[in-house]
Amino acid sequence: MPPSPRPAAPIAAALVPATLAAALALAGTARADEIRVLNWKGYGTDEPWALEAFEAATGHTVVHDYFNSEQELLTKLRTSPGAYDVAMINVAFTGQAIDEELVQPVDVSMLEHHGALDEAMAGSPLLNRDGETWGVPWVWGLTGLAIDESAFEAPPESLGVMWEADRRGRVTLRDDALEAVQFGALATGQDINAIEDLGAVRERLAELVPQLRAYWSSENDWNQMVAAGQIDVGTYWSGSAARAKTAFDLPVRFVVPEEGAVGWLDSLTVAAGSERVEAAHAFIDWMIDPEFYVRWDTDTGAPVSANLEAVAALPEDAFNRAVMGDPETLGRVQFQAPVSDADRERYVELWQGLKADVD
Amino acid sequence: MTRASGARRAAPLLLPAYAWLALAVFLPLSAMAFFSLVETIPRAGEPWVPTLAHYRAFADGEVYRTLLLRSLRLGIEVTVICLVVGVPCAIALARAFAGRARETLFLLVILPFWSNALVRAFSWAIVLRGGGLLETGLDAALPFDVRIDLVHSYPAIVIGLVHAYLPYAVLTAYLAVQGIDDALIEAARGLGAGRLQALARVVLPLAAPGIAAGAVLVFVPVVGSFMEPRVLGGTAGTVYGTLIEDQFTAVYNWPLGAALSFVLLAVVLLALALGAPVLRRTGA
Repeated sequence: MPPSPRPAAPIAAALVPATLAAALALAGTARADEIRVLNWKGYGTDEPWALEAFEAATGHTVVHDYFNSEQELLTKLRTSPGAYDVAMINVAFTGQAIDEELVQPVDVSMLEHHGALDEAMAGSPLLNRDGETWGVPWVWGLTGLAIDESAFEAPPESLGVMWEADRRGRVTLRDDALEAVQFGALATGQDINAIEDLGAVRERLAELVPQLRAYWSSENDWNQMVAAGQIDVGTYWSGSAARAKTAFDLPVRFVVPEEGAVGWLDSLTVAAGSERVEAAHAFIDWMIDPEFYVRWDTDTGAPVSANLEAVAALPEDAFNRAVMGDPETLGRVQFQAPVSDADRERYVELWQGLKADVD
Repeated sequence: MTRASGARRAAPLLLPAYAWLALAVFLPLSAMAFFSLVETIPRAGEPWVPTLAHYRAFADGEVYRTLLLRSLRLGIEVTVICLVVGVPCAIALARAFAGRARETLFLLVILPFWSNALVRAFSWAIVLRGGGLLETGLDAALPFDVRIDLVHSYPAIVIGLVHAYLPYAVLTAYLAVQGIDDALIEAARGLGAGRLQALARVVLPLAAPGIAAGAVLVFVPVVGSFMEPRVLGGTAGTVYGTLIEDQFTAVYNWPLGAALSFVLLAVVLLALALGAPVLRRTGA
């Protein structure tokens, strides 16, 4: 749909504070656009209060579309060029998105909060290529273990708890080949980005499958199983565990095992073919604003912001400041690097084989 | 009136239905056939490369065959249960009830059709799980301790699928039994056949085509089912249907997913073709 100025725009512009109106006029975004955002469902960008505030401040409205896997994200961008303005991409996949021309360069001068971002993340070679910036680091987090606190006297320290005989049938693992294999690599003491002994990973995971109650593929699956008392422990994302506790009041606790955890960094990008570039930048800036982040983490539960000022603005005892900011924790994290198609295919094959052998 | 001119006159009546079928069946199927024969999903500005690799993957992959056999077994089991439960029900409905009572019982049979399939599956998950309705209810009703935690198991899949597809078995069998001339049964009884004998020698043979049609209506979708196994099956829920679903939604290998779908179509058609003579003989 081509952008068209709507009659409500002048009224909205008249209502916003004079300073903002002036800033908008300077930036040349007095026009109200409807932007399309592609993200996981319930992952920050679609918080209703944030979108209301964003619309009140800029006049832009936001429409969401969702994906259930990174492959689905890439396919949506491939098959509908121009349909999206902002896409949330795990930086391990940004390279592929750049290669396939699915994203366009970001103009960091349009982002007020870009300077406060973690320098290593903002300057990551995964996001910067050919002198251009292709994505803005947004939040990062861990894939580790989460437990039902009521099922443990003390939180487990090792991944090995997933294999313990008395947890049989009370364990869950995400139905995702890459995540399962990388988790297997951690459990066998290997580098998740350079797995040398895939056979060992297979063997260890084959021992794990009979322990499983079910696979999970969405936060809802995980939270439902805990609520129904069906699982004690499983792999989970740090931000999701925070949401389960904060937003759904479940006795969920995130654990960074001594063997380590898989780290990921999610970035916000401007989709190729987007014609609402200014509104897209305004939205990305809104998303890395400390004010948004603090409320998101406090009200709903979030991963860790890439904006250092945002993390510093959290309460001192907040998990994302106290635990995730701890250098000792960070030392155990292995950050995900891009995975080649050939490796991905091997992982999918391994995972399908494991799932099919169950009876 | 000749046959040809009759067909010509019927054309305006047939055209909308067949045009719709051509559009709704032929177009997507041919798109899928095309996908199954190219290397990757074609993108704008890129040439497509024809290949048989995805069909070869099925031939080479033990996983695919294992899962296909598992799905066929699931299809047979669910079909048999649907018939064992559904056919007596249909005979009773057709022969033992009339008027209001029949209408009410009929309503109960087709009730599942009125609710969304996904909602049904999730309801079963709630009923079957430990601490769920079934366990709590039985535990309260029976004097001894009852522990039932069926969800995330193979039996849960069978229960969910039987519930979903039983109406097909009942309705088709009912129509077949309903169509049997009362005089034939009276004649059998008059010639000395007992109730069971009349049932076995007259009613069932005459109703066989309808029962067979019901079996096909149940078997085909169950072999390709993926939603019920995923929701109710847990780790036992990996079947051929979920494998295909994964190719489309998680792995994004549409060509392989399309090829696997066509293999399933071929196997189902083959099964039906092999079964056809048997069914015709019992029907005759």
